[in-house]
Amino acid sequence: MIEVVSAERCIGCDKCVLACPTDVFDRGTDGVPVIARQDDCQTCFMCEAYCPVDALFVAPETRPLPDGSALRDEARLTDAGLLGSYRAGIGWGRGRTPGARLAVGPDLPRATPAPPPVKPSTT
Amino acid sequence: MSSPSLPEETTVLTEELTADVLVVGGGPAATWAAVKAAESGASVVLADKGWCGSSGATAAAGTGVWYVPPHPEAREAAMASREGLGGHLADRRWMARVLDQTWENMHEVASVSRYPFPVDERGEQLRRGLQGPEYMRRMRVRVQRAGVRILDHSPVLELLLDAHGAVAGAAGHRRQADRPFRVRAGAVVLATGGCAFLSRALGCDVNTGDGYLMAAEAGAAMSGMEFSNAYAIAPEFTSVTKTAYYSFATFHHADGSVVEGAGSTRGRSVIARTLLAEGRVLARLDRADEAQRRAMRLGQANFFLPFDRLGIDPFTDLFPVTLLAEGTVRGTGGVRITGDDCATDVPGLYAAGDAATRELICGGFTGGGSHNAAWAMSSGTWAGRGAAAFARALGEGAHRRRLTPAGGVGLRPTGTPGAADGHREVTEAVRREVLPYDKNLLRDGAVLGPALERLHDVWAVARAGLRGHGKDAMRARRAAAMTATARWMYTAALAREETRGMHKRLDRPHQDDPGSRHRLVTGGLDTTWSVPETGAALPVGATAAVAAGVAR
Ligand SMILES: Cc1cc2nc3c(=O)[nH]c(=O)nc-3n(C[C@H](O)[C@H](O)[C@H](O)COP(=O)(O)OP(=O)(O)OC[C@H]3O[C@@H](n4cnc5c(N)ncnc54)[C@H](O)[C@@H]3O)c2cc1C
Ligand code: SF4
Ligand code: SF4
Repeated sequence: MIEVVSAERCIGCDKCVLACPTDVFDRGTDGVPVIARQDDCQTCFMCEAYCPVDALFVAPETRPLPDGSALRDEARLTDAGLLGSYRAGIGWGRGRTPGARLAVGPDLPRATPAPPPVKPSTT
Repeated sequence: MSSPSLPEETTVLTEELTADVLVVGGGPAATWAAVKAAESGASVVLADKGWCGSSGATAAAGTGVWYVPPHPEAREAAMASREGLGGHLADRRWMARVLDQTWENMHEVASVSRYPFPVDERGEQLRRGLQGPEYMRRMRVRVQRAGVRILDHSPVLELLLDAHGAVAGAAGHRRQADRPFRVRAGAVVLATGGCAFLSRALGCDVNTGDGYLMAAEAGAAMSGMEFSNAYAIAPEFTSVTKTAYYSFATFHHADGSVVEGAGSTRGRSVIARTLLAEGRVLARLDRADEAQRRAMRLGQANFFLPFDRLGIDPFTDLFPVTLLAEGTVRGTGGVRITGDDCATDVPGLYAAGDAATRELICGGFTGGGSHNAAWAMSSGTWAGRGAAAFARALGEGAHRRRLTPAGGVGLRPTGTPGAADGHREVTEAVRREVLPYDKNLLRDGAVLGPALERLHDVWAVARAGLRGHGKDAMRARRAAAMTATARWMYTAALAREETRGMHKRLDRPHQDDPGSRHRLVTGGLDTTWSVPETGAALPVGATAAVAAGVAR
């Protein structure tokens, strides 16, 4: 779930307010968006992708983290290089190669499921 | 009876819009529909519950695409590959159409949207996959360039009908402006995605079956609703249901011993059984070599989000996994299609993407992995053009029609309205019946029957008292839509007294051929029904189906 909006980094562009598919944010009076409906967060990471200054952090857990969790601590997230890591991963942002250009995964070992046994109907 | 005015019209003025075609949704199916309707000369409004470009399963997840070069042998192999798995309910003619259309559309993704496909060593573009955020942000731009008016954060709540029962628009609520809106349209395309019951599967919480309910209220039927029990693997307590790379995984009990027979494609039910019995299954992607590991990071960046953030090395550490319901998103059920233009049983109403049945190309086997993405862009294209043609044929009179709202449950209670947050109780009651593996994944008639009875009770209570105003109307309607979807799922699952495709009945483990080799058409509101699809005209009213003895 969305856990961090960095007031220090945020430039108040409202992109996350718009791009969040489940309308989690409200515009804050100081321009910094407020996490108004965390319960509705679907942990899709889209807000992070759209934030131009890497001010948001979405923890991978689909339930809110308790106070004191490392993944709610902006300083620790910054140190760990996690702020903005999704945007970097998909290659969004000036000077980056779009991740789509490089997106060639491995061939998958294919184990096709077996169809169910057939019993001819008697009717 | 329902009055022709909108529910709870208060002091806030309704925003009134007019268009030849209204597209409901904002994912791939909706955006292709909007673009193609506009290219056909129609004026188009697109209304999305979320934000067109980031909303829906594709935007968050990304998709492999059923993209097969037009060489006869390659096409033949592609069509044959899943026919048996789908229980022979797919249709070769539709498969061929989708392969042709997808080939064309992927070319447009490259040439018009300038999507940065990877290139191979000969400089050829590799077009077998689409990264979600990139694809959908480019589709949004294309929609805008086509002159389509986009309404973001504008969930559609109900359809509007003309005096003859044709769909002539829709009404909803602009949630960030907190204002109702209404669009008069010559025709409507429903591209609202599938239904994953707010399971938190990646990008799927916007997909709550809204389109199925709206279509049914207008008189449309569903098809393939028994194939609605897709479950996807995710690291425990996370949303990332990207399953492809689990084909490199081994699965383990809590004590580290291997779970025999567990797997991502084959043996997902073994994982479910172990989770039910032991509460825990661990995984490790230890079957991937160094080169494969590196390729995975490039292939699907979002797959690694939970691992990197939780400090897990998925290649060397054992980590707990869960199965999240994806319902009809990676299942194949949806609104029944009655024509090549993706028309439905109701004039003026078209369906595309996961809102529509994907049985035509998947049968009863999951459309995830490639088919659904191809279907979304192909059916979107056809529905957009079909709706534009329908609107054109109506001519000038289209916008002078008298409109009646079709919405019932959640908007216009038949009894005393209940509490404002009544949607919570309804939602939880439905989730209790459809999320557990021992009800929906490992199916048994003796379990499904009572579950369906309880769902009927939930519906009765909701029909009588569920109501949401303003911003909450969306929550009430999605709770209602999930209830309806769940009832159609289990009505169809009980009617299909065999195992076929993803519908696996423990009490009926065999595929009954040829006796049950037919699609099931399902529908009804206060009473649900499911009947074999025949060439004959469909009993759209519940009464006909009751007569056939299959209701409830
Ligand atoms: C994790 C994951 C991985 C997948 N991988 C693949 C794959 O590799 N290959 C493949 O083919 N398929 C895959 N799928 C399936 C594929 O993503 C879907 O089939 C596809 O997104 C369907 O497109 P759509 O436009 O119909 O629906 P979606 O993309 O889900 O979009 C639905 C849209 O409808 C809007 N909406 C919903 N209700 C309303 C309403 N009431 N009013 C207005 N708008 C509304 C939503 O906001 C959203 O914009 C995957 C799915 C998931 C979840
Ligand atoms: S993770 Fe998704 S749902 Fe959650 S706040 Fe960000 S955009 Fe919204
Ligand atoms: S997208 Fe980023 S910079 Fe813009 S308002 Fe949101 S947090 Fe602030």
